[in-house]
Amino acid sequence: MSRVAVLKGGRSLERQVSLKSGARVEEALGRLGHDVVSVDVGGDLVERLLAERPEVAFIALHGRDGEDGTVQELLEVMGIPYTGSGVSACIRAADKVLAKHAMRDHGIPTPDFYAFNETAFRELGAAVALPAIEERLRFPIVVKPACQGSALGIKFAGSPADVPTALVAAFSYDRKVLLERHVAGRDLAVSILDEDGSPRALPIVEAVPREEDFYDFESRYVIGRTTFVCPAELPEQVAERAASLAVAVFELIGCSGFARVDIMLEAETDELYVLELNSIPGLTETSLLPQAADAAGIGFDELVRRILERAGEGA
Amino acid sequence: MRDLMALTERDDVISLAGGLPDTSTFPPDSYASLMRTVAVNSCARALQYAPTEGLARLKHCIADVMLAEGMEVDLDQVLVTTGGQQVIDLVCKTLIDPGDVIVAEAPTYPGAVPTFCAYQADVVQVTMDRDGMRVDELEATLDELERTGRRPKFIYTVPNFHNPAGVTLSLERRRELVRIAQERELLVLEDNPYGLLRYEGDPLPTLLSLDGGNFVIYASTFSKILSPGVRLGWTVAPRPVLEKMNIGKQASDLCSSSLSQYFVAAYFEAGPWHEYVQSLIEIYRRRRDVMLDALAEHYPREAEWTHPQGGLFIWATLPDYIDTTDLLARALEQRVAFVPGRAAYLDGRGGSSMRLNFSGVDESEIREGIRRIGEVVREQVALYGTLTGVTAVSGARGGDPPVDSAETAAAAHGGDPPVDPATTEPVLPVPDSELAKILRLPANRKRAG
Repeated sequence: MSRVAVLKGGRSLERQVSLKSGARVEEALGRLGHDVVSVDVGGDLVERLLAERPEVAFIALHGRDGEDGTVQELLEVMGIPYTGSGVSACIRAADKVLAKHAMRDHGIPTPDFYAFNETAFRELGAAVALPAIEERLRFPIVVKPACQGSALGIKFAGSPADVPTALVAAFSYDRKVLLERHVAGRDLAVSILDEDGSPRALPIVEAVPREEDFYDFESRYVIGRTTFVCPAELPEQVAERAASLAVAVFELIGCSGFARVDIMLEAETDELYVLELNSIPGLTETSLLPQAADAAGIGFDELVRRILERAGEGA
Repeated sequence: MRDLMALTERDDVISLAGGLPDTSTFPPDSYASLMRTVAVNSCARALQYAPTEGLARLKHCIADVMLAEGMEVDLDQVLVTTGGQQVIDLVCKTLIDPGDVIVAEAPTYPGAVPTFCAYQADVVQVTMDRDGMRVDELEATLDELERTGRRPKFIYTVPNFHNPAGVTLSLERRRELVRIAQERELLVLEDNPYGLLRYEGDPLPTLLSLDGGNFVIYASTFSKILSPGVRLGWTVAPRPVLEKMNIGKQASDLCSSSLSQYFVAAYFEAGPWHEYVQSLIEIYRRRRDVMLDALAEHYPREAEWTHPQGGLFIWATLPDYIDTTDLLARALEQRVAFVPGRAAYLDGRGGSSMRLNFSGVDESEIREGIRRIGEVVREQVALYGTLTGVTAVSGARGGDPPVDSAETAAAAHGGDPPVDPATTEPVLPVPDSELAKILRLPANRKRAG
C-alpha cells in the first residue's frame, strides 16, 4: 500500500466541488488501505509535498491550476507520479479553443466557433467582425470562457443585442472566449476509463433538463433542475458512435487514466458534436463519471483503485 | 453563486462581502474579567439549560438597549433568541405555510432569502427609494393581492440603514406603514440590528413604538453592538405570536446559550456599554467615509451608490450590462470580494448591483478593495464600449464630491450608462426620485404573488 497525497481545493472557482471530490477520494483510498495525506492546494504546495514525501499524488483538483497542467508540471519537477493526464494533454483539454481546433483538424465534429482574446476587441477592433461571426454561426450563439471548467460564465445570446453583454460576462472568467454555434438537442456525457492502456467508454449519462427552458444552458447545472439518466436511452448505433467519438477525442488530446467527454446529439440532424473534454471530471456523489462507472459495475472504491493504478502513465 | 461566495472567505481575499462587525477593539481584559465574573458567580447556572424565553437578567439588559432607542418594553413580551436570524426563522415557522405571501423590500436582507425559501413562502418585493420602502407601492401591492384573494402573513422590513440597500425608512413612511398595518390588521416584522449604529442625522422612532406593539413583531440582536459570537438576539411580539414562537423555539433549540446569556448580562451590568457602542460608531463612520471617498475616486462615473446614515452596508449599482455575479469571478482574481446583488432578490433582479460592507475590514483594506473592484469595473465598462462601438465615459471621476447633502441617502453619479462623449453632460446631482434607479428597481412594476 502507498502513501498517497490527495490534492484538492485550490484557488479555482471550482474549489468547492474539488473539496468534495477530494474528500470522497480520501475515504476510498483509506478503505483501500493506503496512507492518505490530504493537501488543500495553496501557496505551500511544494513545501507540503517535500515534507510529506508521498509516493504518488491523486489529483482531485478541478479548473485552474489543477486541470490545466500547472500542478502536473510541478509534480513532474518533483518526480512524484500522479493520476490522470500529463501536462500537455491537460493544457490541450483545459483550453477549449485548443481542443476544438485539434478536433476540427482531425475531422472530429465539434460545433463551429470563433475565439478571441480580450485584446482582439480592445486593440484590434474585433467588434467590427461580430456581425460576420453572427451571420455564420446563426443565433442563438453560445458564448464561453475558453478555460473555465464549470458552467460559470457560459451565456446564450439570442440576438445581436445580447452578444456584447454575453462577451463581457464570459471575459470575467478568462481573457479568451469562444463564440460557438448552439447545438440544440440532447446533452450526453461519455466517461472514459483507461484499462490496460486502452481507453474504454463507460455507459453514457444524459442530462435532461426538468423544465423545457431550451436555451437556458445554466439551468442544466442547477441542482434539482436537471435529471441524469444512465445509461442514456439511445439507439445502439448512436451510443456506439458517441463512445467511439469520445475515445477518439481522449486519444487525440493524449489523455491518460480517465476523462469525461461532453457531446451534443443534435435534435434536427441526429448528428453528434463534441463540445469539450474534461481531464479531471468531478468525483463527487452526484458527479457523472462515478455514475457511469457504477452503471458499468465499477464501484467508487474500484474506480479510485483503477485510476491510482495507472498513476504516472500521463507523464 | 454559492461556490463563488465560498471563495470570498479565502485569507488572501479582501472581503467586502461579509456583514461582519469589528470585534478587534473589544478589550481582552474585559472579556477575561467578565468570564471570571460568570465563573465565580454563576458557574453551575451558566453551564445549565436556561428558560426558553431567556434569562430575566438578560431581559433587563434588553430593556436597557431598547430604551436607548426610545422603546419601553414589558419583559414578559421579550423572547431571547439565538441571534436575530432566529427571529426570522421562528416568525416563518409560526406563520408560514407553503405558498403563503410575505411582503419584503426590494432588495431584501440576503440572509432572509434562504429562510423564506425554506418555508416555501411566496415573497413579493416592494420597491425602495431613498426613504426606504415605498408605501404607496406597498398599498397597491396589497390591493392587488387582495383582489386575488391573497393576504400576506407579514411584511418584512429593515427600517434603519437597510441591509443591503443602506437607506432608512423616513418618519412619514414609518407612520404610513404602521397605519396600513393597523388598518389592514397585518403583521410587520421590524428587523432592527443596526439602529444604534447611526453616524449622522437624528434617530427615528421604531415601528414598534409607533404601533404600540399591536401589529409589529420587533427583532434585534447583540451581534452588532457587542458580538455576533455570543449568538444572542431577541424579539418583542404580540402575545399570541410570541407564545407560538416560544413553542417553535423549544422545538428548535430549547434555549439560547446560557453561557452567552450570563456573559452578556455581566457585560451590560458592568456598565459602560454605551461607550463601547460609541467607539464602534466612530470606527464605522470613518470606514464608511473612506469607502464613499474610495468609490468616488475609483468607480467609473456610470456607477451609482447609496449613502448610508448608519449600519454596515453600501449598495452600488453598475450599468445593466455588467452582471455582478460574473464580475465577482474577475474580482476574486484580483483578491477582492463583494456580495452580488442578485442574492437580495427572489425574482432574478439585482444582477448589476453589489453589496459592499465597510465594517469588517480596516480603512486601508477598504481603499485597496474598492480600488481593485473599481479597476475591474472600469475594464468591463471599457470592454463593453469597445464591443458596442460606443466610447464609454470611463475612468474615475477623480474625487468628485458626493452630490448629496448630509441628510441625503443617495450619492448618485452619472446618469444612463455609456453615452457619446460629445453629448456628455457634466455630472449633476440626481433628483431624489431617481434613487429607485440606483437600487435598480423597475419603474411602474407592480408585482403580485
